[in-house]
Amino acid sequence: MKGAFLVTATALAISVSSAHAADVKPAVVYDQAGKFDKSFNEGVYNGIVKFTKDSGIQVREFEPKNEAQTEQGLRRLAKRGHSPIVAVGFSMASALERVAKDFPDLQFTIIDMVVDLPNVQSIVFKEHEGSFLVGALAAMKSETAKVGFVGGMDIPLIRRFSCGYEQGAKYVTSDATVFENMTGSTPSAFNDPTKGAELAKSQFSQGVDVIFAAAGGTGIGVYQAAKDEGKFAIGVDSNQNHLQPGTMLTSMVKRVDLAAYNTYDQAVKGTWAPGLTVLGLAEGGVDWALDDNNASLVDVDMKAKIEAIRADIVSGKVSVHDYMSDNACNI
Amino acid sequence: MFETLILILDATMRVSTPLILAALAGLFSERSGIVDIGLEGKILGGAFAAAAAAAVFGSAWIGLIFAMLASIGLALIHGFACITHRGDHIVSGVAINTIVAGLTVTLGLDWFGMGGQTPTLAGDARFLSLTLPFADAVADVPVIGLIYSELLSGHNVLVYLAFACVPLTYWVIYKTRFGLRLRAVGENPHAVDTAGISVAFLRYRAVIICGILCGLAGAYLSTAHNAGFLKDMSAGKGYIALAALIFGKWRPVPVLFACLLFGFLDAVAVRMQGVSLPGIGEIPVQAIEVLPYVLTVLLLAGFIGKAIGPKAVGRPYVKERA
Repeated sequence: MKGAFLVTATALAISVSSAHAADVKPAVVYDQAGKFDKSFNEGVYNGIVKFTKDSGIQVREFEPKNEAQTEQGLRRLAKRGHSPIVAVGFSMASALERVAKDFPDLQFTIIDMVVDLPNVQSIVFKEHEGSFLVGALAAMKSETAKVGFVGGMDIPLIRRFSCGYEQGAKYVTSDATVFENMTGSTPSAFNDPTKGAELAKSQFSQGVDVIFAAAGGTGIGVYQAAKDEGKFAIGVDSNQNHLQPGTMLTSMVKRVDLAAYNTYDQAVKGTWAPGLTVLGLAEGGVDWALDDNNASLVDVDMKAKIEAIRADIVSGKVSVHDYMSDNACNI
Repeated sequence: MFETLILILDATMRVSTPLILAALAGLFSERSGIVDIGLEGKILGGAFAAAAAAAVFGSAWIGLIFAMLASIGLALIHGFACITHRGDHIVSGVAINTIVAGLTVTLGLDWFGMGGQTPTLAGDARFLSLTLPFADAVADVPVIGLIYSELLSGHNVLVYLAFACVPLTYWVIYKTRFGLRLRAVGENPHAVDTAGISVAFLRYRAVIICGILCGLAGAYLSTAHNAGFLKDMSAGKGYIALAALIFGKWRPVPVLFACLLFGFLDAVAVRMQGVSLPGIGEIPVQAIEVLPYVLTVLLLAGFIGKAIGPKAVGRPYVKERA
């Protein structure tokens, strides 16, 4: 009897330890814009698809419908022993902090925000550097010296995009006017294309001819408005050039797909480590997108200039002010 | 300054269109005695049907027909529950809103596999802007030219249709026999019944008209104003339309102005962002966002007076009690 018990216990111990070594049970919680926002969340989703294809490991997904479900979702995934759990977006920081404290043995990764806990990896991007590049390109393309910015929710992170963009535009055309609109002050501001289209039309009517939308799903309305009016738009997060070929000047690509992929990959290889990772132009974390869909809009001269600016930022010759360093955009 | 005002009014027309259609839909329904809190759901259902059909058939007009069919279908469910089975109007309306919110995303996922969205529409699958005759020719004429070319011209056909619906509704409600009976059945169904007219049939016709108008509003959202369906894209417009209906005291012309007011506040809110006012400085986004709601409360509390709805609204008609 006692022997049988021992055998079972040993078997159990073996199975548990092997579970730790080989079976990673990865999971992800998207933000409220949903995984098919063609932008930020979809970037993460693409990274997950690639991971599943390469490793054959399924990733458990959760899409919260509202703020309250975020923590419930994280907690439920944690209770089922999923690890690492990737939380997509700044808005999950406080929920993740609570859940991560309660499950110290699990690995968590948060994108776009810093959570300082021993079992959390924080991945943030230098959006201001990428925005600087597309701002410079917008100013080169603009014939009116007026460029626009449509942000999603009014938070410091989005102000960081806007501030970098403005610096880039003024770096190229020192007297450029930058129009700036925020869609709203709740997370739903990232999924309101109707409002996005109205904001874009309002800017176009004031003389703007290039708009950068850092607004998740709201951007779809901005790109549509640009198409309807024959003006230019700049995409964000994922490469969105294919959404409206011919009027998408470029996209400010933020490699969230890479961030998600690497997290899972590191977990499988056992190299996952907590702490802060900052990805900028130099690390390939942010960049501008040039492909078949926008090749005809960017001439050789513009391309050369942008690449030069890019090299200057990487080498430190041009320094881009980060809005979040002092919560101000005095340039 | 004048140009800015024209551009704001131009945006007002675009934003008000779905509100006007939905509010007139509610007007027909409520004037007949059927409370319709399900406007929101019918708009959303119509928007989805329009975008889905337009994506499949490549024609905005076919999309429009499907939008009206879907919306009429939902209206008939509401009618069946409230008229035939004398159910609670609010419960039935809320049920429709809830069902549609979930069903559109589920069907969208199944049919298109794009996370509940429909494919982006282009070309004939959308209602594009119409340029009125001579709009470009008179654009340079001061004042009138700008009003004609910017404000009146350059909208899509559904915008013009929505504004045309207002006098049409007025005529139907106040000048036709059907309209007289419709108003009577909302005030005193017993009298209508005594006169030998079917209360149920009248009310069914009213909810069908309501469905048609909500379908138009939905099609406008997904195939004219936007280029495709997105989850929850009606974004509370049905409720705002209901508020406008009460604002306008269930009369077509005041309802139009209530809708235009809401649209105008929305358009101003978009414009005001980032603008520095003399003496005040730049207004924060949050303060501008709250403006329409604050004004609504103020207007409701101070200026509108008592809004009294049709007398028999929300009460199922029971013949025996007469």
